[in-house]
Amino acid sequence: MVATTGTVLLVGTRKGVFTVASNVARREWTVSDPMFLGHVAQHVVLDPRDGRRLVLATRTGHLGPTVFHSDDLGATWTESTRPPAFRTGDALQRSVQSVFWLTPGHVDEPGVWYAGATPQGLFVTDDGGATWDPVDGWNDHPMWSTWAEWPEQNTPDGSMLHSIIVDPRDAEHLYIALSSGGVFESTDRGTDWKPLNAGCETAFLPETEPEFGHDPHCVRLHPRQPDRLYQQNHCGIYRMERADARWIRIGDNMPKDVGDIGFPIELHPRDPDTAWVFPMDGTDVWPRTSPGGRPAVYVTRDAGESWTRCDKGLPGTAWFTVKRQAMTVDDHATTGVYFGTTSGEIWGSTDEGATWDCLASHLPEIYSLEHAATERAT
Amino acid sequence: MRVRIPTPLRSYTAQAPVVEAEGATVDEVLVDLDRRYPGMRFRVVDEQGRLRSHMKVFVNKDAVRDLSTAVSTGDEITLMQALSGG
Repeated sequence: MVATTGTVLLVGTRKGVFTVASNVARREWTVSDPMFLGHVAQHVVLDPRDGRRLVLATRTGHLGPTVFHSDDLGATWTESTRPPAFRTGDALQRSVQSVFWLTPGHVDEPGVWYAGATPQGLFVTDDGGATWDPVDGWNDHPMWSTWAEWPEQNTPDGSMLHSIIVDPRDAEHLYIALSSGGVFESTDRGTDWKPLNAGCETAFLPETEPEFGHDPHCVRLHPRQPDRLYQQNHCGIYRMERADARWIRIGDNMPKDVGDIGFPIELHPRDPDTAWVFPMDGTDVWPRTSPGGRPAVYVTRDAGESWTRCDKGLPGTAWFTVKRQAMTVDDHATTGVYFGTTSGEIWGSTDEGATWDCLASHLPEIYSLEHAATERAT
Repeated sequence: MRVRIPTPLRSYTAQAPVVEAEGATVDEVLVDLDRRYPGMRFRVVDEQGRLRSHMKVFVNKDAVRDLSTAVSTGDEITLMQALSGG
């Protein structure tokens, strides 16, 4: 479906939730007042199946993590009565420190959502986020403590489970990614899992081709070509044709002085050959800023065979970071591409990356940016 | 008994800074608080029954981390969280 209304962006920040909404021409943008001001809003996602339900993963200072939902675009919120949590008495004594990632379930399963956490647990709800249960097949898998970063490494943002993907053809076919740990696949709704990392590099491990232990930063599946996966990894940009079961480093085709390190990767909603990335400096101590301090999006139109720099309108020099959940696309006939920065700016392109404008500034550090397809409610 | 509620948790108590709760231990008081103000306990105690790392509980003037600590009518419980960050 191609949108005929304006675009609404959902912004999760270190200090709350905002919406940034446009007119139909996507030329005028309005920033909302903050919701949950002062709360860490890790991820806020609108259910594309009904265009109504918002789900928010949040935590606050030293309080435990929780999940809220809203059916009126954030005017009112209801807290989950059973937030994502490991089972009481868990053999590893795990407790959820942060709900990091939210993914709506299959289109034929309204109300189902998945959540990824720190530590790297997987949780599911079948009532739109009101109550959550552990996915035991993952959390209690005999290999979990080997595949996952456990005991928790207490890295600055924690070890997280992210990029939960539901195959649009089959609700039982799931992918997840561990940062770090690698990509894993289940064909039985999460009862059993297998690593899916062949071909992906691990420059930080002594083994050249381990079965797991990789650091995927963001994994996407193309909805129109569900056997095609893209991955922005700690060690480059990859594509997998699922039948081949091997990641191909398409980032080798990026300019060598830019490299292929980064966090987000976003796909064109209709063209499986088009993807956008935001390269970061992954040299020496990993500044995680744009190479040379020159921000640019790169787009491929041929599934990674070649890449084009897109920086017209972006600042000539800047030192922000774009996190893995802070890039999104809309569903207009000419796709809008958007990213949020750690410096609290939202940049947008309504011509698929050719030109860029700053849509919002002076927001808190941006953790996530999602397009809200509200039109699908009708 | 009286329970003093820190500002980050007052969204659960309709902004009341002090509420009443019952129980023979700190944990029972927290369970009773959760019955009266659903959702509050999980923000303070994790799913393994541990007080979250930067949360503090005082019984009268004594800081306690053992949630099985006995309390009695007339005690005052204060919930607090550490101050940090920017």
